[in-house]
Amino acid sequence: MPASPLVEFCDVTKRFGDGPIVLDRVSLAAQEGDFVSLIGPSGCGKSTVLRLLAGLSPLTAGTIAIDGMAPDAAAAELAFVCLEPTLLPWLTVAHNVEVPQKLRGVPAVERSATRRHVLELVRLAEKADAYPRQLSGGQKMRVSIARALALAPKILLLDEPFGALDEMTREHLNEELLAIREKEAWTAFFVTHSVAEAVFLSNRVFVLSSHPGRIQREIAVPLPYPRTEETRLSPAYHELVANVSRVLRSVETAAA
Amino acid sequence: MNPMSRPFLKLLLPAATGALVLALWYAIHFFLSEDRRFLLPPPDAVLAALRDNAPFLARAALNTSQGALIGFGLAVVVSFALSLLLSLSPLVRASLYPYLMALQLTPLPILAPICVIWAGAGLASVSLLTFAIAFFPLVVNTTQGLISTDRNLVELFRLYGAGQWQQLFILRVPAALPYFFTGLRIAATLAPIGAVVADMNAGSSAGDGGGLGFQAIIYSSQARYPALFATAAVTCVLGFVFNAVVLAVAWLALHHWHDSYERTDK
Ligand SMILES: Nc1ncnc2c1ncn2[C@@H]1O[C@H](COP(=O)(O)OP(=O)(O)O)[C@@H](O)[C@H]1O
Ligand SMILES: [Mg+2]
Repeated sequence: MPASPLVEFCDVTKRFGDGPIVLDRVSLAAQEGDFVSLIGPSGCGKSTVLRLLAGLSPLTAGTIAIDGMAPDAAAAELAFVCLEPTLLPWLTVAHNVEVPQKLRGVPAVERSATRRHVLELVRLAEKADAYPRQLSGGQKMRVSIARALALAPKILLLDEPFGALDEMTREHLNEELLAIREKEAWTAFFVTHSVAEAVFLSNRVFVLSSHPGRIQREIAVPLPYPRTEETRLSPAYHELVANVSRVLRSVETAAA
Repeated sequence: MNPMSRPFLKLLLPAATGALVLALWYAIHFFLSEDRRFLLPPPDAVLAALRDNAPFLARAALNTSQGALIGFGLAVVVSFALSLLLSLSPLVRASLYPYLMALQLTPLPILAPICVIWAGAGLASVSLLTFAIAFFPLVVNTTQGLISTDRNLVELFRLYGAGQWQQLFILRVPAALPYFFTGLRIAATLAPIGAVVADMNAGSSAGDGGGLGFQAIIYSSQARYPALFATAAVTCVLGFVFNAVVLAVAWLALHHWHDSYERTDK
């Protein structure tokens, strides 16, 4: 019998005010340790799924359970990384990484230990005293991830975190993200536009259709972890990418 | 460009402009018919007047600085507190802004006698009037800064469970600093001018309390034009000092991170 899911969406429906229905009876369950990717046409409600999960916006109908709790009660178990690195420009990298803990009243000694640890994880220890504007786009994103990890979250929500980066940097950070996950077991919800990225990272890919947003198909990615450069060359990987692309295209033509 | 030449040009060009202005000044002075040359005393005469009147001008400058500083400081403190209040909601802004505008729109020479009725002529009135004139740009800019915080950052703070006070002092206030300093620079320009005008309208010379405005009235009534020009020069210097200090503080607070300052990578 499978363990009870860490995150469970039951018939989740969402509309903003009296606008159109954005998400229509979305149901999904993620086990602890899953790396879930959400992919779908722009505007289909992927970000909304994450925002509901983070308790940043109320549900219209249905329920979300995180570890058996409602999203706003489970906030302490979540961390969010989004497209923009959202660093505080007036703080150094070190201080940025410490912000979440500072907000929770964690004492300074403990904060600086965590900060060293997470900056080590994203391999930016030497940039601790730099200001955000002195970093490249990829480095800023790594700081943003480090900050998210500083709270040792059980669940990491990532909304197109590498969407603004170039292909090379993106692939590199994908590998780095998985390497970090080898050391720190969290469950991931990852929104992306890139099929290759979704397949490379996840063990489960959900393809969403739009207007209203629904889960069109779940595709399992049975490639073994740890995944590396080699994974990208394997025929199984390519077949999965082709498969997900096909489903995504069918969703997009249906929408057009 | 040659890396040596830039700082050099930065000194040379203003010096050249200065020399040009001086030359033009003398030219106009000597171009005027002899009986009209009093209209523009030459720079050396102004310098001589500055030297001869140094004790008076120094005391006046000190008095004016005092009024300007008190008014300016008061404006910073009060505007900050008021901006926090105004940043709470559009409703608060709608109910208070018109009256703040009214204060700003009343010309100082009209405000001055009212102030004198309340506080008497002298330092208190000069400070209050300086406050009144320096305060508006500070409130407007700081409030704008406090309500312009990046929504993504606000959301991030919400997600991390930040309380209202944490959001205010860890996020909104630092994010508003560049706006605050914009207001501060305008206020620093207005404060010394405000103090001089206030001195003319609500100052008092009792107990050597007269400021530069008073001094200017005296010199002009006695037709001591070089001394009047010297007073103008002292007023300018005072304004420059105010601005320089504010620029320096702004630099200290912002140059590491704000994009209005060049990035200096070590
Ligand atoms: N705060 C909001 N108010 C009103 N409509 C919104 C809001 N956020 C998102 N939407 C709408 O919900 C739909 C899904 O948005 P989103 O979840 O951001 O899509 P995606 O991330 O898949 O591109 C879009 O049509 C968008 O316009
Ligand atoms: Mg989105």
